[in-house]
Amino acid sequence: MENLGALSILLALCLATYSFIASLTGAWKKNAFLVRSAERAALVVWGLVALASGILVNAMVTGDFRLVYAAQYSNLAMPWYYKFAAWWGGQAGSLLLWNFILASYAAVVLLLNRNKHRQIMPYVTAILMSTQILFLVLICFAANPFEVLTVGRGITAVPDGKGLNPLLQYWTMLIHPPILYMGYVGFVVPFAFALASLITKQPGDNWIHTTRRWALVTWLFQTAGVTLGAGWSYSVLGWGGYWIWDPVENASFLPWLTSTAFLHSVMMQEKKGMMKVWNIVLVSATFFLSIFGTFLTRSGIVSSVHAFAQSPVGPYFLTYLALGIVITTWLILDRLEFLKSEVPLESVVSRESSFLFNNLILLASCFAILWGTLFPVISEAVTGEKISVSAPFFNRVNIPIGLFLMFLTGVGPLIAWRRSTWDSLKRAFMFPALGGLIVAAGLMAAGMRHPYALISFALCMFVTLTISSEFYKGSRSIAAKDGIGFLPAMVELTHRNTRRYGGYLIHMGVVICVVGFSGAAFNLNMTSEIGEGQTMNIGRYQLAMKNITFGENDNYVFRRALIEATVDGKQYGLLEPEGRVFKKQNEPYHEVAIIRRLNEDLYLNFANVSADGKKAVIQAYVFPLVTWIWIGFWVMLAGTIVCLIPSKVRLEYARTQVVGVVERNAVQVEK
Amino acid sequence: MNNYIKFGSLVAIVIGSLTWLAVGGIQETQSYFKTLEEVEKMDAKMKTKRLRIGGFIQPGSIERNGAEVKFTITQNERKLNVLYNGSDALPDTFKDGAEALAEGKLENDGVLHASTLSAKCASKYEVKPGGNYQRIDPKKLENKS
Repeated sequence: MENLGALSILLALCLATYSFIASLTGAWKKNAFLVRSAERAALVVWGLVALASGILVNAMVTGDFRLVYAAQYSNLAMPWYYKFAAWWGGQAGSLLLWNFILASYAAVVLLLNRNKHRQIMPYVTAILMSTQILFLVLICFAANPFEVLTVGRGITAVPDGKGLNPLLQYWTMLIHPPILYMGYVGFVVPFAFALASLITKQPGDNWIHTTRRWALVTWLFQTAGVTLGAGWSYSVLGWGGYWIWDPVENASFLPWLTSTAFLHSVMMQEKKGMMKVWNIVLVSATFFLSIFGTFLTRSGIVSSVHAFAQSPVGPYFLTYLALGIVITTWLILDRLEFLKSEVPLESVVSRESSFLFNNLILLASCFAILWGTLFPVISEAVTGEKISVSAPFFNRVNIPIGLFLMFLTGVGPLIAWRRSTWDSLKRAFMFPALGGLIVAAGLMAAGMRHPYALISFALCMFVTLTISSEFYKGSRSIAAKDGIGFLPAMVELTHRNTRRYGGYLIHMGVVICVVGFSGAAFNLNMTSEIGEGQTMNIGRYQLAMKNITFGENDNYVFRRALIEATVDGKQYGLLEPEGRVFKKQNEPYHEVAIIRRLNEDLYLNFANVSADGKKAVIQAYVFPLVTWIWIGFWVMLAGTIVCLIPSKVRLEYARTQVVGVVERNAVQVEK
Repeated sequence: MNNYIKFGSLVAIVIGSLTWLAVGGIQETQSYFKTLEEVEKMDAKMKTKRLRIGGFIQPGSIERNGAEVKFTITQNERKLNVLYNGSDALPDTFKDGAEALAEGKLENDGVLHASTLSAKCASKYEVKPGGNYQRIDPKKLENKS
């Protein structure tokens, strides 16, 4: 079976290469037959990669420990779903998953557009296949998942595999990696369309309309992937952090920043015909950063707590990135004429300007994170010293950036296009700004002194009020005009322009997340050795150790504490933090106990046993407002889904090519 | 033209203040990655900088005393005592023989007073044909970070 798997990825590589060459030749010679055959070859690539994936998964689930990969990441004891998830537990398999997702996206794109966009499709196929070739080369030659264990010239097997690291045996493992990959791989499609229309010198914004939904769904996957990772780290790692600016986390965050910037700046192109070069740059940057992020986590150039094993994949990635970036840059420079802005910026105080600064800030954050992540590499190249920077650096730069972004989130929707007058600004912002100030004053009066937290909460109020006022004004006028209730009017309002009001909902989700992030300013932690009958205090909680039990089962040795938490003498809850050492892997694992509440989480970790073996080392934490982060994510998810529903009223924006003359009002066209 | 100046100066202010924050942040948190061999040869000035030193935890050397942890790291036969008194919990992967990275200052007692400590994740273990599990070569350690 493993021979068939290895053969099918090799064949897939051949066909992907054929598809790449045939579609380019077909486009060049205007040979529709060749182009069609290239598309079909790409579909066969999907079939072959799917077959290879099936074979690998089968080996993992049935326990074929002749395969190096199965021996390392699967075993007999794990439940079937973790055996399945072991598919992406290591380097080679996760690259196969990358291939599978990419091939699936390519197949969907080709099937959806088999009779559309004929002029640009050959180039789209070629770009998709070029990426496919890179990843197929990696699994064929650098990290082959079908390698077998050999002794001398014979194939051998181990009786049982090592299995997934216990930290990975958590439900998030089943969905976090595939969702994250779907987010990163997905941006290849908008990139392919953008570049293809640049190559063929397509007029207009066709590529944006074609791939807008695609970009949005992909962005949602990225957001979900990052949030799932944060939630996983919070519930499993035993120290309650959800983000420490580790290189791997940063790698996943960089394309998210550029794709967020892209989703905002495409609006400028659609509505005003501005920022065309910028959009191409952003979509390319997102794509290359996704590839770069994959490279960063797999090549071992920067150390990380969750990097994959080192393997010779680096040079392949670097070659692809270098070639891709050079070609893309050349294309953009060569075709600048087609990307001219139709209108100039008119005023600093305008919606256009708020978009511009939103983009600038997101990119600045992206650059700072990239710089910090690569600092050891850069400093070694320049000074010969390997110097690294840590979390405080990232926080120092990114917290002000985040606050400024929040401010723009509040300002953006209410400020007028083109230019705003002082009077209109006063009318729009008086009430929200006042609300923000009241919140800040109230919190100050309550004794809060943390400057960033105060600013953050004030801005959250400001943004909430601007968004609410948008919903309120729109719904009220519909309610009055159509004689319906306020809530139905709100639904109607959202339905009329789903992108706008769905977008507001996403912003609301971001606000809720930011409230959660701000809570981190007030985290408490305390480590204590307590034996049975003893107590410790943290914040308003009193923790009493009821008993400590030691034991073991087939899988692991464990120690468990039963702790009663009381607040002001009233029982608050029972917590059972547990420490385990998995026998097979000899790996420790901490099953933390958390009481989650909207205002704060109480988080206990049974870190260790005292030197005399009788007391427990308990790490207690209080994390204010953490739950808001997860709630904020669900609101963002809901908002994105609203954005994806087609609007009842289609807005068409009249634009003219003459610089300086702009049709200001959108023309409404009833469907 | 006036508009260009306005936008230009606003952009400059934003970029400028972020650069200022970034430069300050780098100076405050930068730490030098050194091998134990380099530490021995370091001059007095270098010794006042924040250092990042990696190595393997010598089995049996871990001593816990409340939140404080003492241990020895080894690297190519060289040894260094480390005292960890940071606020974060020790990672699960911190145990005898594991690869650890300690960050902190070298004090006059010759002990590295570390404020952060990380231990390499188990996915660094590579399978060897025949089913023996072997750790990465310690000599390679210097080339990583």
